[in-house]
Amino acid sequence: MVNIIIDGKKISVSENTSILEAARKNGINIPTLCYLKDLNEIAACRVCVVEVEGLEKCVTACNNLVEEGMVIYTNSKKARETRKLNIELILSQHNFTCATCIRNGTCKLQDLAKEFGITETPYDVKYEKKEWDKTLPLIRDFTKCVKCMRCIQVCDKVQGLGVWDVVNVGKNTSVNVRQNKKLKDVNCSYCGQCIVNCPVGALHERDDIDKVLDALDNKDKITIVQVAPAVRSAYGEGLGLTREEATERKLAGVLKAIGFDYVFDTTFGADMTIMEEGSEFLERLDDIKKTGLPMFTSCCPGWLRFIKSEFPNMVPRLSSAKSPQGMFGALTKSYYAEILGVPEEKIFNVSIMPCLAKKDEATLDDYHDIDAVLTTRELDRLLISTMIEPKSIEEIDFDNPLGMGTGAGVIFGVTGGVMEAALRSAYFLVNKKNPDPDAFRDVRGLDGYKEATFDFGNGVEVKVAVVHTLGNARKLINRLERGEVKYDFVEVMACPGGCINGGGQVINVDGSNLAERSSVLYGLDKASSIRFSHENPEVIACYEKYLTKPLSVKAHHLLHRDHIKEMEKAKNK
Amino acid sequence: MSRLTFKTSDKQETVREQLYKDLERRIVASPTGLCPVDLTASFVKLCLSQSCGKCTPCRVGLNKLAGLLDKVVDGEADLSTLDLIKKTAKVIYTSSDCTIGEEAGRLALNSIEGCYDDYYEHVVNKNCTCNSNQPVACVNLCPAHIDIPGYIALVKAGRYDDAVNLIRHMNPFPITCAYICEHPCESRCKRTIIDAPINIRGIKRVAIEKSKNPSLPPMAEKTGKKVAIIGGGPSGLSCAYYLTIMGHDVTVYEQRKKLGGMLRYGIPNYRLPRKKLDEEIDFILSAGIKVECNVSIGKDIEFTDLKDKFDAVYISIGAHTDKKIGIEGEDAKNVMSAVEMLRAIGDEEPVDFKGKRVAIVGGGNVAMDVARSSIRLGAKSVDIIYRRRKADMTALMEEIEGAEAEGCNVVELTLPIKIEKGADGEVTGIRVKPQMTSEMSKGRPAPKDKSEPDYVIPCDIVVVAVGQGIESKHFVDKGVGVVRGNIAAFDTGEVGENKGVFAGGDCVTGPATVIKAIAGGRVAAANIDEYLGYYHEIVNDIDIPRVTFDDKKPCGRVELPIRLPQDRKNDFEAIEGTMSDEEACQECGRCLRCDHFGFGVFRGGRSTKW
Repeated sequence: MVNIIIDGKKISVSENTSILEAARKNGINIPTLCYLKDLNEIAACRVCVVEVEGLEKCVTACNNLVEEGMVIYTNSKKARETRKLNIELILSQHNFTCATCIRNGTCKLQDLAKEFGITETPYDVKYEKKEWDKTLPLIRDFTKCVKCMRCIQVCDKVQGLGVWDVVNVGKNTSVNVRQNKKLKDVNCSYCGQCIVNCPVGALHERDDIDKVLDALDNKDKITIVQVAPAVRSAYGEGLGLTREEATERKLAGVLKAIGFDYVFDTTFGADMTIMEEGSEFLERLDDIKKTGLPMFTSCCPGWLRFIKSEFPNMVPRLSSAKSPQGMFGALTKSYYAEILGVPEEKIFNVSIMPCLAKKDEATLDDYHDIDAVLTTRELDRLLISTMIEPKSIEEIDFDNPLGMGTGAGVIFGVTGGVMEAALRSAYFLVNKKNPDPDAFRDVRGLDGYKEATFDFGNGVEVKVAVVHTLGNARKLINRLERGEVKYDFVEVMACPGGCINGGGQVINVDGSNLAERSSVLYGLDKASSIRFSHENPEVIACYEKYLTKPLSVKAHHLLHRDHIKEMEKAKNK
Repeated sequence: MSRLTFKTSDKQETVREQLYKDLERRIVASPTGLCPVDLTASFVKLCLSQSCGKCTPCRVGLNKLAGLLDKVVDGEADLSTLDLIKKTAKVIYTSSDCTIGEEAGRLALNSIEGCYDDYYEHVVNKNCTCNSNQPVACVNLCPAHIDIPGYIALVKAGRYDDAVNLIRHMNPFPITCAYICEHPCESRCKRTIIDAPINIRGIKRVAIEKSKNPSLPPMAEKTGKKVAIIGGGPSGLSCAYYLTIMGHDVTVYEQRKKLGGMLRYGIPNYRLPRKKLDEEIDFILSAGIKVECNVSIGKDIEFTDLKDKFDAVYISIGAHTDKKIGIEGEDAKNVMSAVEMLRAIGDEEPVDFKGKRVAIVGGGNVAMDVARSSIRLGAKSVDIIYRRRKADMTALMEEIEGAEAEGCNVVELTLPIKIEKGADGEVTGIRVKPQMTSEMSKGRPAPKDKSEPDYVIPCDIVVVAVGQGIESKHFVDKGVGVVRGNIAAFDTGEVGENKGVFAGGDCVTGPATVIKAIAGGRVAAANIDEYLGYYHEIVNDIDIPRVTFDDKKPCGRVELPIRLPQDRKNDFEAIEGTMSDEEACQECGRCLRCDHFGFGVFRGGRSTKW
């Protein structure tokens, strides 16, 4: 233990504790801006400086450790004035048009300016301006970047892609796509983790709200909206709702109030995915055992962009099943259009996703089923702008038939969930009876790289791996290629924790609510009356009335992709 | 009214002088990769403040030039601005009345002409081609990228074994480098901004002196793959060391009696004691490397046989042939090359120099080595004959001064034109032509003949130290490519189309430094491992002491003590001593820990595996 005095308070903390942690553990708040625990402890913004007795220079709290006998002042005149001036310097190169900023209310710099009572700045304000292709899902606003380097670190250390880098030098030092390239010329996965970790409005999604509003206003269109499982775990955070208030039925009510004709649930699409992917897995199992190479899940678009650009040789190992969004889109414009008795062109398909890469998935050449993708953040902004007060909206059920989802479909939104849901149904297909719904709970949890082996009986043993973050995905493939590991089935989600922490989720400036969001989805699964995708009555009906059976010709046509062909097509473009 | 006054410097003058010194040091410690446009803009502003203001091009022109350059830096210029910059700079150069303006114009002109791509990028894409990826200067400049702040902190903490182990993580020759490394790491040390660079090599010396039980890293499982190393010098042994740790079966073929290459056969004992070298090599071999000395590839074994017998081959034959001066009489008796002389000393069969007058031809470090060795072998006189000025010699100034202090004469601006022979064909002297220094050529002033008659410097022995070459013939015959006499290898060590053949060290770079040879060996080891189908990671888990927050008061740099000339010139014992504990602690404390402060904490701070 190390004994120190912070602001006159005698404190004893364990060795190797940073000044920041020591202070926070003892209820003393030190402001930070660039600091991101474990990822970005580079002391760049100099906002967390404190005064240490006996030293002329200030010391940054985020990356310096406490020393025995240290006497620290976190709130002395010197510390306060130093921080304030540094914030003023940052503001002098920041386009602080807060009223029109996408991050108004979730901006760390805005908070700091408020906390320090900065109402005017002593310096001329001049910020960097640079062009950006606004048609991309991921937008960089150079006028707002504070050079905290968080995006660089997340992309490097978590996703292992190195899309962002420090560019230029001296006073022109900035952050951009590495080597000042164009974003489309590097292997960005569009995971959006840089956005959710940006403390200001320098990174954000392409805003597609107007597109949706136009459709809602168009009397000739039937507007259908689907909501991804993970959205319900977070949308309330951006609206000031408690967990109890922000239910999925409230969400359905709110979307109806906005004016959507039909409010459906992507969970239905997830259950369909399980039917197709689970059947495909069993069909491919012989080949998997023979080649020693697994089948990979294919529902995460960030992961798909990653494997196609980084490990094209592994693409044949992907499941051909479309993502829940994709299956849902295809079925609304065929099956459901038939039910409604309208031509598919009449339908305007909107999906609410916790994800940035889904915007890209929806604009892929071969698929035009989804007309607009909104992130959870855009959903919240849309709600706020329509002046709808969620608290006064009544809870309703999703519409049927495509609003029916099982507990297995809901957990798609969290790491391990797709695997668990798939295993529940695969077990059924092998044994013709259901397992205990919690039999595969070993794949749950926030460990980045999980492995498990399950005995299905009938001589079928399945070895699975579940990874989240693209850094872990790379690790897994490297190990596969070196022959160090063998799996039958691998689930990959690009974002840490899975979709609950997706690049389109509500931003929490002081760290994410991973555990809480995850418990929302597992809670819904547990409370669900149906916990197996193959028992979803609307899924059964869809097969009976329309697709005949999983992997049928029609199912293949509507619900599967040919990744290799797509890749070749993209190459020849 | 007094007729004359004598001015004492006032306070302002003193401060100004201090500012100049601060700026000089800051420029020395400049980080790499800076923007040439931004730098030029700053320099032009500095030149402008030096202007007396009398003349138009300097007073007004430099001012406008600085403004134009700023516009480029700020991304507010167009291509016509670049033309105007060129035109303005040219006119400042051609029409300034004195050097202040003239040279400022030339500086700007050189910058825009030499770095036009960067200026263009600023204007067209509003970007710079450079980036501020400023890693830890010492680590970056060390060819082997040793974790220097890490081992300095370990020495400060008294953890000498850890310090040596940390060095060996990247460089298996810590003892050798503690004695003779040319320490490029010190050249841009950030500490220079405050006072002077850290004595990094000196601190390494402390580490190796105090380390008692350094340990080998954990060995990987045996792979059964066999690798042959041709040449047991620093590069070959480095490669062998890491490959052995990775579990491969390594055999080193050495054509001389003992291992060490130029460390044994080129560097005299007084700079690197043999005992120390043997200790170093023994440690490296303790990893389990097989050695076959007195085996010459091309004579005793064919290169192609090695290729067949082994899964991979690393060529590190060094640069051991001597270059000739190319003058009449060079075939005389008692004319020898530096390589021959030092090789004989390495084999402990030195030539008898007692009472002889020795003339050395050359101005590099090797010339100083043979000169100082001649003194130690009992030569009556030693003349170092060099055609340029002493200041132009490529030898380190400390080597030249050391040689002079020991009694060698530097005969500068003197061109050997003929070696005079006696009746038995033995050397009697060197005929030389006096030279004068003249215009610059390739960064050095070129010598030219002076209109003075030539004369003879009488001597009994001539040692030629004008460079070394590579004995690559056998390898060329077997299909290995050569560029300008050096073996042609990629920066990965791979040799063209020859699968499984790698090369590095002096035979690839030409005669260079030991640390470059070591770095080449390590690079090859990593790539040979991959070639063999593995990815063994060399990992260190040494915990580096945390930083402290000492205020950075300017402080002198501790130098290693050197024995007095009259004492040291009589033997081959080491001339350099080490620091005391007190000195070492102070010197380590000067380290600014760039791994923690500045860009290092973000990028390039510490790599614990490769």
